[in-house]
Amino acid sequence: MTLLQVKDLGVRFSTHDGMVHAVNGVNFELERGQTLGIVGESGSGKSQSVLALMGLLAKNGRASGAALYQGKDLLSMGARELNGIRGNRLAMIFQDPMTSLNPYLTVERQMTEVLQLHKGMERRAAKKRSIELLEAVRIPDAARRVAMYPHEFSGGMRQRVMIAMALLCEPEVLIADEPTTALDVTVQAQILSLLKDLQRDFGTAIIMITHDLGVVAGLCDEVMVMYGGRVMEHASAESIFYRPSHPYTIGLLGALPRLDHQGSVLTAIPGNPPNLADMPSGCPFAERCAYARARCATELPLLSVAAHDAAVTRACHFAIDQLIPAKETEHV
Amino acid sequence: MSDHSPILSVRNMKVHFQVSVGDTQWPWTPKKLLKAVDGVSFDLFAGETLGIVGESGCGKSTLSRAILNLIPATSGEIVWMGNDLRQGDARAWHRVRRDIQMIFQDPLASLNPRMTVAQIIAEPLKTHRPELSAATVMERVRAIMRRVGLTEQQINRYPHEFSGGQCQRIGIARALILEPKLVICDEPVSALDVSIQAQIINLLKELQQEMGLALIFIAHDLAVVKHISDRILVMYLGREMELASKPALYADPRHPYTHALLSAIPVPDPIRERAKVMQLLTGDLPSPINPPSGCVFRTRCPRAVETCASEVPPLHRVSVDTQCACLLV
Repeated sequence: MTLLQVKDLGVRFSTHDGMVHAVNGVNFELERGQTLGIVGESGSGKSQSVLALMGLLAKNGRASGAALYQGKDLLSMGARELNGIRGNRLAMIFQDPMTSLNPYLTVERQMTEVLQLHKGMERRAAKKRSIELLEAVRIPDAARRVAMYPHEFSGGMRQRVMIAMALLCEPEVLIADEPTTALDVTVQAQILSLLKDLQRDFGTAIIMITHDLGVVAGLCDEVMVMYGGRVMEHASAESIFYRPSHPYTIGLLGALPRLDHQGSVLTAIPGNPPNLADMPSGCPFAERCAYARARCATELPLLSVAAHDAAVTRACHFAIDQLIPAKETEHV
Repeated sequence: MSDHSPILSVRNMKVHFQVSVGDTQWPWTPKKLLKAVDGVSFDLFAGETLGIVGESGCGKSTLSRAILNLIPATSGEIVWMGNDLRQGDARAWHRVRRDIQMIFQDPLASLNPRMTVAQIIAEPLKTHRPELSAATVMERVRAIMRRVGLTEQQINRYPHEFSGGQCQRIGIARALILEPKLVICDEPVSALDVSIQAQIINLLKELQQEMGLALIFIAHDLAVVKHISDRILVMYLGREMELASKPALYADPRHPYTHALLSAIPVPDPIRERAKVMQLLTGDLPSPINPPSGCVFRTRCPRAVETCASEVPPLHRVSVDTQCACLLV
């Protein structure tokens, strides 16, 4: 059963530099219990796509397209109706747990508020449920720590509090926006294993946003690679990692420092990310692409089903067997 | 000086801070001692890269700053080319900084926003080589800008006009214009996107070969360090855990903490990543103000035994390539 259906999602911001199209034509479907990874570098539009779903865009931002949850469009919904869904059926965890928790309120106040609002629970029952959830995310001594303020927790513990808070109403979709980027690797490993266990126990669908391809590999069923506000490639995790077909995906995997490779030279992608306020008319990646030809600079490739595999969609003018390196670039 | 003696030797370096902790602070409340770096020793040879790895709060940045006296060390020796720098005065430090330069983590924050690129890159030359004419200085600035991949047209621009990767190139140009012998890189790529990260790592490696630089490369990520280092020092809570050559550290990690760090890094390979048996560390980093007795890692160590609480394990040689601070190894 499809939980969430996103059709032709676009996000634009009106700024002093003119209209900035941060997200263009994003489509995906999310099934119950499925994990979708959205991968991209800064400015690729990965965060703005999900903020649009949650109605959390900045004031100068406008979303277009449709995001259907149980047949209702989240994007055109009024704030009151949306408030009944977000935090309840759709929950989100953010990158920086310190700035997303209210420093003036104890964890208990922040957690029980959610239950009182969405479930109409009493304070006492809400507190009991909060402690249960804190235990579920493996916070030791939860009954005592529920009365603490966010600053009394370490970074990893704060992120656990955020996850517990997001899971309070047993949401069907959990959106995680770079949940481990601010954490140390050993703590990141703890949080990722926790997310896997919770997904198994609660059957939650997860949208995982990250710039780290390693995080995606262990957790996600499907992966969407974004660049310059557009989807470059969308396929199963196996396809993306073992048979990457878009030049950007190939480049990204080559540039990744990894432990499991012996070769010590990284293949860098030359150049810099595009300026969203001044996008080229052709493919956003054309300028940095090793396979680019004349057509790429002028004509925007549309996201379509790949010739080599019907389960893969990609946005490139050339099929995978037509990709020929243009020339050896001089850049490092 | 022969080729086999190190250019830099750090011996038993300690950096301790007096800090105020607790709820009520009175002028007579005793201050607590935070041991950010607690007895670190290593040698660095000409042209080699030493990677220093550890999680936040392990003291790796404090260590790097103490080598340059940006944060004065509390005790220990810092021997540069045979001279103990801690015995020297401010003039001695000034002379040394001509040979040891630094690249910082946040590329934009480490550049003065009111100076142009030319002024930023020329400043070390003006400080350390005041005898050079303005024309020579500008010539060298242009040459180093070209070398790090900036264009000459950008010479009069300000830092905010550049992307993160380009700012880091400016930082590299500023560090290299004096033709130093050692460059300390404090997490130079952790603020950058993956595709830009690879550009900067490759650039640093090329420049190192061209100029015969020694590098101290600090990172929190063992995967990044693997691509640039010859030897790697793993730190935890201000202490050395393991110091090993690159092949030895990755093929045969000896310290339980190195094991944990390596297994915690996600591998971009779905089948292997899903099959991986994680050796998860429990708990969080203990407070450096009140570190565990004995081995500092014992509270999170899966192999800890009773003696770990009473004895501080010294860094000792366990094989030709590996030194390790663990009682069980």
